[in-house]
Amino acid sequence: MADVNTPLLTVEDLVVEYGSRGKGFRALHGVSIDIKPGECVGVVGESGSGKSTLGNAILGLAPVTEGKITFDGEDISHAKGADRRRLAKSIQVVFQDPYGSLDPTMRVGDILAEPLTVAGESKDKARDAVAEMIERVHLPAGTIDRYPSEFSGGQRQRIAIARALVRRPRLIVCDEPVSALDLTTQSTVIDLFIEIQRDIGVSYLFVSHDLGVVRRICHRVAVMQRGEIVEFGDAAMVTSEPEHPYSARLLLASPVADPAAQAQRRQNWLALREEDNAAAVR
Amino acid sequence: MSTTAIVQEDADPRASKRQSIFSRFIRTPAGIISLGVILFIIAVAVLAPWISPQDPNYVDLFAAKAPPSAEHWLGGDSTGRDILSRLIWGTRTTLWGALITIVTALVIGAPAGVVAGYFGGAFDRAASWVSDAIQAIPGMIILLVVAAGTRQNFPLLMATVGVLLTPGYYRIARARTLTIRNEPFVAAAWVAGLSHPRIIVKHIFPGVYAPIIIQTALAAGIAMGIQAGLQFLGIGSANVPSWGAMMNEGFRFMLTSPLLLLWPSAALGVTIAALAVMGSTLGDLVRVRTPSAGKKATAAAATANAAARAPATGAFAYDADKAAVRVENLRVAYATPSGESEVVHGISFDVAPGEVLGIVGESGSGKSQTVFSMLDLLPSGGRYEADGIVISGRDVAKLPAKERAKLLGSEIGYIPQEPMSNLDPCYTIGFQLMQPLRSVHKKSRKEARDIARAMLERVGIADVDRVMKSYPFEISGGMAQRVLIAGAIAGQPSVLLADEPTTALDVTVQAEVLELLRELQDEFHMALVLVTHNFGVVADICDRVIVMRDGDIVEVGEVRETFAGAKEPYTRDLISASLDGAASRRELDEEFAGKGANAQPAAQGA
Amino acid sequence: MIAFIAKRLAAGVVLLVAVSVGTFFLAHTAITDPTVGLLGTTATEAQREALTIKLGLDRPLIVQFWDWFSHAAIGDFGTSWRNFQSVNDQIAIKLPVTLSVVSFATLLTAFFGITLGMIAGLNPNSMLDRMSKGITVVLFALPGFWVSLVLVIWFAVNLRWFPAVGYVQPTQSITGWLRSITLPAVSLSLMGIVVVAEQLRNEVIAVNKQDFVRTLRSRGLSQGQVIIHILRNACPAALTMLAIMFVSLLSGAIVVEAIFSLPGIGQLINSSSQIGDIPVLLGITVVSVIFVVIVNFLLDIALGWINPKVRVK
Repeated sequence: MADVNTPLLTVEDLVVEYGSRGKGFRALHGVSIDIKPGECVGVVGESGSGKSTLGNAILGLAPVTEGKITFDGEDISHAKGADRRRLAKSIQVVFQDPYGSLDPTMRVGDILAEPLTVAGESKDKARDAVAEMIERVHLPAGTIDRYPSEFSGGQRQRIAIARALVRRPRLIVCDEPVSALDLTTQSTVIDLFIEIQRDIGVSYLFVSHDLGVVRRICHRVAVMQRGEIVEFGDAAMVTSEPEHPYSARLLLASPVADPAAQAQRRQNWLALREEDNAAAVR
Repeated sequence: MSTTAIVQEDADPRASKRQSIFSRFIRTPAGIISLGVILFIIAVAVLAPWISPQDPNYVDLFAAKAPPSAEHWLGGDSTGRDILSRLIWGTRTTLWGALITIVTALVIGAPAGVVAGYFGGAFDRAASWVSDAIQAIPGMIILLVVAAGTRQNFPLLMATVGVLLTPGYYRIARARTLTIRNEPFVAAAWVAGLSHPRIIVKHIFPGVYAPIIIQTALAAGIAMGIQAGLQFLGIGSANVPSWGAMMNEGFRFMLTSPLLLLWPSAALGVTIAALAVMGSTLGDLVRVRTPSAGKKATAAAATANAAARAPATGAFAYDADKAAVRVENLRVAYATPSGESEVVHGISFDVAPGEVLGIVGESGSGKSQTVFSMLDLLPSGGRYEADGIVISGRDVAKLPAKERAKLLGSEIGYIPQEPMSNLDPCYTIGFQLMQPLRSVHKKSRKEARDIARAMLERVGIADVDRVMKSYPFEISGGMAQRVLIAGAIAGQPSVLLADEPTTALDVTVQAEVLELLRELQDEFHMALVLVTHNFGVVADICDRVIVMRDGDIVEVGEVRETFAGAKEPYTRDLISASLDGAASRRELDEEFAGKGANAQPAAQGA
Repeated sequence: MIAFIAKRLAAGVVLLVAVSVGTFFLAHTAITDPTVGLLGTTATEAQREALTIKLGLDRPLIVQFWDWFSHAAIGDFGTSWRNFQSVNDQIAIKLPVTLSVVSFATLLTAFFGITLGMIAGLNPNSMLDRMSKGITVVLFALPGFWVSLVLVIWFAVNLRWFPAVGYVQPTQSITGWLRSITLPAVSLSLMGIVVVAEQLRNEVIAVNKQDFVRTLRSRGLSQGQVIIHILRNACPAALTMLAIMFVSLLSGAIVVEAIFSLPGIGQLINSSSQIGDIPVLLGITVVSVIFVVIVNFLLDIALGWINPKVRVK
C-alpha cells in the first residue's frame, strides 16, 4: 500500500497536439496535475477547454506531444501495445454518453465480463466478479442477461461504472459521467461514485462542466481554460471563493436554484461583465 | 435530445437484438416468400444432375422449336434441345457465377473497408483511392477484354466482375466501421485492455455484418444481370447452358417463337427480384421505420381512453381575457407499434403578457411535447387534442392547419434547444433571417435585410456584416443561439416559446443568453414560455413555474414561493438535486468519518 | 477556388494515367496474341508474322506502351488494328449516338427519380410510398437489357410506336432521332430512376426529421419553401447517383445498344473486343475516364454549391 500522500498519478507539463507537429491543433499547453490514492480530483471548464483531452491522454486515447504522465512511479506517457493493455488493470474509464458507451449488440453480462476474459480470467471467476459488481452498483441480478437498450440512461451509467470496476482499478477517469442524466438520477449516481470510493479506495479524475457536481464529489479541483489550468486547489474553496478571475466568472455564470441567491449572483455577474467591458474598451 | 426520443428510440440499427432480425425477417410475407424462392433456386441448382429430365445438350431434331409437350415440358429450343433441362442447368451456371463474384467482392472489399475505417491513415487513403479508381474504370471494357483473352475461362470472368463490385463492399464496410469506431464503447473496450484485432472481431463486425448481408443480396442480383448480359453477347462456352445465351437465342427467334425468350427471362427476373426483395426487406428491418398513426387505431384508442381519462392537471392564474396564452386540457399521444401511447395526460396552464413561465421537468415529463403542440409542430406519429389553446384571445386549437400555421412567425416565436442543428446548413444566416420576413411579413428585400441586421445587432452580435454572410458552421454555438433568438423575435411575436434554450451552451454563454432573453422579453412585453430541466435557470428568469412529471402537472406556483416551500415532495427533490448549497465533498467526508465507528479514511481500502 | 480546381485536375490526371496504364497492361496480358483474333484461325503462320511486325507487336511491351502512351498523351489514340482507321475518328462517329441516348436516359432518370423520391419521402408509408416501393424493388431487380427486350416486343413489335432497331441522325430528322433513342433511353433509365428515387426518399425522410425543419416551419414558411430547404439538403446523394449512372452508361450500355442495333460506343467496344482490337479499346477507356473526371469535377462543384460545408473539407 502506497503512502497516502504519494501521488498515484502525476501529470507534468503535458502538451497534447492533434494533427501534424507544429501545424496541428494544440489542445493542452503544459498541464500539471496530481491525484493521490483514494482521492477525487475534478477538472472543470467549458467546451474546448481541453478537460476531456486531459482524461484521454491519461487513458492513451490522445497523443502525448510533450511532458510526462507517471502512474504509480511508472512513466506511462508513451505506453503502447502490450504495456498499455497491461495498464487496463489499473486505469479505467466511464464516459459521458450512456447510450454510446455500451455495445448494443452484447448482453450486459458479456460486456462486464469482457475486461476479465481478455485478461485471462476463467469464465467462472469472471461470472462471480460480474455478479458482485452488479450488486455493488445496485442493479438487479437479472441485469446480466439483458441488452443495454433495455435500460434507462442512469441504469446504463451504473453498468458502465460496473465495467470500470470489474478489474479493481486504482484510478477511474470519469469523463462527464453524469451530465447526460436527469437531475435526480444524477444525484443518485454521484452518491454511488462516493460510496464506491469509500468502499474500495479507488481514485477518480472527474471531468465535468458543472461546478455544483464537482463541489459535491471532488476533494480538489482544477479549472481549465483554453488548454491551461488556471486554478488548482481545494474543491470547496474553488467552487465558493475562487481566486482566478476566470473561475470567478464561471462560478457567477452558473445559476443557483434559489431565486434570492440567484438574483444576487446575477447582480454580481452583471457587475463583473461591466468591469470586463470597461477593461476591453480601455 | 428528449424532444424526439419517442420517435428515434429505434433508429439505431444495432439497438435491436441480433437473432431477432432473422426471425423478424421470416415473419414478414416478403421475407418468407423471397427466402423461399431463393432456397428453391439453390435447390434446383444443387440437384440439377438428378432433377434435370434430359441431358441439356442432347439434340432431338424433332423437338426443334417444339411447343411444350409431355416429353418436353417447356418445349425445345431452336436446335431441339430440351428447354427445361437447359433452364435447370442454367440455374447452376448462374448461381455458380454469382457465388464466385460475391465471394471475390466480399473477401477483398469488406475486410479492406473495415481495416481502412478502423485504422485510417495511409492504408485508408490508398485503399479509398483504389476503390475510386475501380469505379472510374469502364467495367464492361475490362470484362470484354478479359473475356476475349480467356474466352472459356468463365470463373475468371466472374471473379473480375467481383473485383469491379469491390468498391460497393469497401464503402459500406468503411463507412459503417467509421461510425462504430467513434462510439465510446470502442474506446472503452480499448481502455479495458482489448487489442485492436479483438475489438474489430468483437465490436466492429457485429455492427458491420447486417449492411454487408443486404449489400450481398443486391450484389448477387447485379452479378446475375451482368453475367446474363455477357452471355447474351455470346461470351461463354456454347456447351454450358446459360440463361443469358438462351435469352439471346430467344431474342433472335422472338417473332416466331416468343416462348424461347419467355422462359429464361422469367427465370432471371424472378431470381433477381427475389434477391432484391430480400435485400430491401432486410434493409427495412435494420432501419426500422417510424410507425404512423393509423386513423382507425387512433380513433379506437381515443374512445378507449376517454373513459379512463383522469381530470386535467394544472391551474389557471388569470382570467381568460387577460392571458396571452391559455392552454386547456392538452393531451399529446404518439403512435407506437402496440397502439397509441399518451405522453401528456391533459394539462392546463396560462401565461400573461410580459410574464415568464417556466415549464420544468425531467426527460419524458412531456414538457417539450407541450411546446410542440402549442406550435402545432409535433414530430410525425404524434398528435394532440385540447379543449382550447387560446393565443391572443383566439382559440386556435380548432383552426384548420393552414390558418394555424399563419400564427407561426408572427404571433408565436420559437427558440429551439440545439443551436447548430436548428439552422439550415445550406443557407447563409442572412438568407435564413430574411426569408420569413419577406414571405410572411411581405417586406421588400431591403427592408428585410435592414430588419435582420437590426435584430442581429439587438441580440448582441458585433460583426453583423460577417455573420449575415456566414453559413451556420462558420459561427460558434453561442452565436448561433443568438441568431435563432433574432429569428424568433424578428416577427415581433406576442408569445415566445423557448425549448431548453440554454441547455446546449456553456455556462458563461448561458448567462449571456438568459440576460438577453430577459431584456428582450421586457422590451417587447412578450409572454415567454421557457422549458428547462435546470432549476437554476428557473430561479434566474422565471416569474411562475410549472413542474411536470410523466405528462402531468404536479405543481404550479410563483417562483419565489415554490422555492421557499414547494408543496410536492417531487418538486423539493428536484430542487435539492440541483446540488446548489448542498454539502461539499469535504463536508460529506467529515460527516461520514464522524458517523460510524468503523468508518475509515477514504484512502484506506483494497 | 483556383487551388481547388488545380487539385482536382491533378487528381484527375493521376487517375487517368493510372487507369490507362492498368488497362494497357491488362489488355496485353489477357490478349496474348492479337493476330489470332484479327486474322482468324485460318491464317497461316507467315501472315501472322507479317501482321505482328506491321503492328509492332514484336517490340518489347514497355516500348509498345511508351509508343502508345506518348501519342495518347497528346490526344492521338493511334489506328485500329482491324481497319487501320484512326481511333479518334471512330470514337468521334460513335460517341454522339451513345451520348444522346445516355443523356436522354439521365434526363428521364433525374426527372422521374427526383419526383418519385420526393413524393415518397415527404409522405412515408403512404399509399404512394408503398406503391413506389413495390415498383422500385421490381425495377431494380431487372437488368436493363431484360427491360429492353420487353420494351422492344411490346412497343416496337406489337404496337409499332417506335422503331425496334436503328438510329436516326438528328440532322436528318429530329422526331426520327427522338423516336429512335426513346426506347433505349427508357430501358437504360428505369434502374437509375429506382436507385435515385430510393436514395432521395431515404434522405428526405432523414432531413425531414432534423431540428432545423421544425424551426423553419416555426418561422411561418410555407410548405413549398420548406420543401425547397429539404430538397437542397437531401439531394447530394441522389445527384451523386445520377453522375455515377451517366458515366457508367457511356461504356456500359453495350447490351442495350446491341439489342436496339445502335451504332454507338457499346457496339464499337463489343466488336473490337471480339477480335482483340486493343487500340480502339484503350481509346474508349481513356475517353470514358476523361468523362468520369469531368463529371466528378462538375459534381464536386455542384455539391459545394448546394452545401457550402463540403467546400471546406
